[in-house]
Amino acid sequence: MADISSKSASGWKFPFRIKIENRVDNPPKWLSPVLSLTAVVVALLIGALVIWLGGGKPWAAYTHIAKYSLGSVGVLSDTMVKAIPLMLVGLACSIAFRMKLWNIGAEGQFYLGAFGASLVVLLPILPMEAPKWQFILVTALFGMILGAAWGFIPGFLKARYNVNEIISTLMMNYIAIEWNNYFIYGVWSESGFQMSRMFQKNAWLPRLSDLAKRWPFFGGLTTHFGLVFAVLAAIILWLILSKSKWGYEIRLIGDNPRAAEYAGISIKKNIILVMMVSGALAGLAGSSEIMGVVHRFQGAISPGYGYTGIIIAWLAKLNPLAVILTSILFGALILAGREVQPAGIPTLIQGVIMVALIASDFFYRNRVSITRQVED
Amino acid sequence: MNTLDHVVDMRSISKRFPGVIANDQVDFDLRKGEVHALLGENGAGKSTLMNVLAGLYKAESGSIFIQGKQVNFGSPREAIDAGIGMVHQHFMLVPSQSVTENILLGLTEPRFRMRLPEFNKKVTEMADQYGLHVDPEAKVWQLSVGEQQRVEILKMLYRGADVLIMDEPTAVLAPTEISELFDTLRSMTEQGKSIVFISHKLQEVMEISDRVTVLQKGKVTSSGINTKDVSRADLAHLMVGREVIFRVEKKAVQAGETVLDVKGLKAINDKGIQSLNGVSLNVREGEIVGLAGVAGNGQNELAEALAGLREVTEGSVTVNEKDVTNKPVKLGIRHGISLIPADRTHVGTAPNLSVTDNVIMKNYDQSPISKGWRVISSEANNYASDLKEAYDIIVPSIDTSVRLLSGGNLQKVILAREISSEPKFMIAVQPTRGLDVGAIEGVQKLLLAQRESGAAILLISEELEELLTLSDRIYVIYEGEIMGEISDGDINKIGEMMTGTPLEQIEAEGVK
Repeated sequence: MADISSKSASGWKFPFRIKIENRVDNPPKWLSPVLSLTAVVVALLIGALVIWLGGGKPWAAYTHIAKYSLGSVGVLSDTMVKAIPLMLVGLACSIAFRMKLWNIGAEGQFYLGAFGASLVVLLPILPMEAPKWQFILVTALFGMILGAAWGFIPGFLKARYNVNEIISTLMMNYIAIEWNNYFIYGVWSESGFQMSRMFQKNAWLPRLSDLAKRWPFFGGLTTHFGLVFAVLAAIILWLILSKSKWGYEIRLIGDNPRAAEYAGISIKKNIILVMMVSGALAGLAGSSEIMGVVHRFQGAISPGYGYTGIIIAWLAKLNPLAVILTSILFGALILAGREVQPAGIPTLIQGVIMVALIASDFFYRNRVSITRQVED
Repeated sequence: MNTLDHVVDMRSISKRFPGVIANDQVDFDLRKGEVHALLGENGAGKSTLMNVLAGLYKAESGSIFIQGKQVNFGSPREAIDAGIGMVHQHFMLVPSQSVTENILLGLTEPRFRMRLPEFNKKVTEMADQYGLHVDPEAKVWQLSVGEQQRVEILKMLYRGADVLIMDEPTAVLAPTEISELFDTLRSMTEQGKSIVFISHKLQEVMEISDRVTVLQKGKVTSSGINTKDVSRADLAHLMVGREVIFRVEKKAVQAGETVLDVKGLKAINDKGIQSLNGVSLNVREGEIVGLAGVAGNGQNELAEALAGLREVTEGSVTVNEKDVTNKPVKLGIRHGISLIPADRTHVGTAPNLSVTDNVIMKNYDQSPISKGWRVISSEANNYASDLKEAYDIIVPSIDTSVRLLSGGNLQKVILAREISSEPKFMIAVQPTRGLDVGAIEGVQKLLLAQRESGAAILLISEELEELLTLSDRIYVIYEGEIMGEISDGDINKIGEMMTGTPLEQIEAEGVK
């Protein structure tokens, strides 16, 4: 008996106590977004503390980040450029995580998508002077196919041999990077440099600045056509997940695979399918990054987009439409954070957001109340 | 009332959960050396009350006295230190560890070196003392459910529990194991332990307990009466609040065409052992056919094989003259095969999904719930609301996650889903297990109604009484083989077949 009497013997007792109980009813609908928001705020506060301890000025740093990521049309556009791959990768993670399929391989699928798009220009699949719309469609398609293929491998291994997808997708990331390097250093190297030649202009994804001739307002804005892909993908994925038969199957498998099997839903088929769709979305991210931003095939095209996508998906609670918003937040953090400090604090904040999010789940599952201490 | 001879005294305990009062001013006391049964329907608040005693929940009001001293437990550990141990319905054991290791888990002694041989001896001594026979060196995964339960009891005794709370201990046990458990409980009370026996099974309460406290919807309807002074019917009345019919009415139905025809079915179980060894049986329209047998003789594998969930290695399954052997599960569903699985939470439902999502599991891809690629949520919701009404599923809304439902309501969700698909052939595995009297009656009536509307039903159950009440014929299965078929309800023959004597042999010996 942890003696209650000894406590009261010491005389003073803290007048309130915190009571934690498992939730036995469905939590209200507003709770989940509010908790996510709180998690972000808490993470920012922790970041502020670290900046302060390091001798910096937290408020100045945060206002700087806000100003140089969302403060004007120009920087907002740059933020969107960073957000586009994050949106697509976040969507890729969302659909997989809905089925409790832990695809950690969006990074590798992203790289393969970049490779697929480059194939179209460098192999070449389309002639040099093919019209722009053909490049838009075919590079996107190849990015998706290659990404899907990269997702198929761990999906198949999981379905057929029950290979843990966390390990296999993670390892496939390293293979993907080296696969690309072989082509960058060897096959398509431009006079020994570790990159391919610059793609011809008609292969590039259109950008807002292309419209500057007619509307000067868009001058210098780098936001590219990938945004259309991302928003379309989010809407389609939202329709699939919340309105379709397939979405229902994914939800059922995610919650209880044995019940799904009992309802006659093939789990193996869906593991492979979902991994492929997830891979295709990450591949599309890689393809649109290459065709819209980098414009040549080279290494180091991702500052860990594939991993940031995991955080984005969680922050969005696996809701495709919310992924768009959280991606913009992270785009801003990556863009302007780099000005505050090239590495370190911005990545730290990302990490702390993830931890705070996971911790916030506690409040979703438990009811916490503070009550007045009663005399026993 | 002298509180000194009470090991436990709980006074006006109240505990509420959002929307329900689980315990409303409940009094409960336990005398030294007695078995005190806590009886009530599912959701009556029995487990809640005992979880308060075991330190898992904190009551909003009321007081608890242990040996006359007031206590206020903040955690199960504090309760155990005060001598209160609870054996939960779901065991909390580490499968890969040995019995002794499980018992020592979390204790401060032994400190660093495990010194297993020494503690093995201690465990054996304690086991012998109470007749809880179990090999201390065996790994938990190798043990039967009954043996695992003994390990849980030993765990509590080893921690010095004087009061043992058993939460529905017989729900998972085979009949022989139940009688062994009862022997153990008696030997423990003889040695001065006191036992709270939570149950909703009247006959067990009558058999094992000295006194009974009955709970109904969180309130005590009868407190600490002597078991020998009450009848089974009295208890049922106190528990449900109305007269319970123990015999459901079964109308005469002329059996029609053969619906299910199984020939020479063979299959292996998850561990790769042959568990069905040439099973042949048939079920006709308007007929409930029972399958009796001790648990683990191939019943689950048979149910799964019939539903297409387990591969058949030999033999054939036909439903309405269509071959469904090793066909996809969905094809079976379309041919009107319906399965009420034994495991309601792990197979029958998706716990975190809503009632709606759970009732459309079998027809989410059929009109009118589905159009083209879409699931029409308004149609799905209407369908769920209709079923909620028709089957009297008690739930705040159809959007509620089914994990929040009580066992009886969860079974209603499953039955509503399966019956509304108008099956031609239904396999019901343990459909009333773990349910309270009122719910059992409801489930049995639904099955009989299905029979009257012409469905063929295979009822797999370990409750002989239920099989005899509902079935037109009974097959007995033993080690994956059918021992024989009985249509006159001869309980002696069934019993002999359940232990492995084929019917021909019984009849041959009878003639002699």
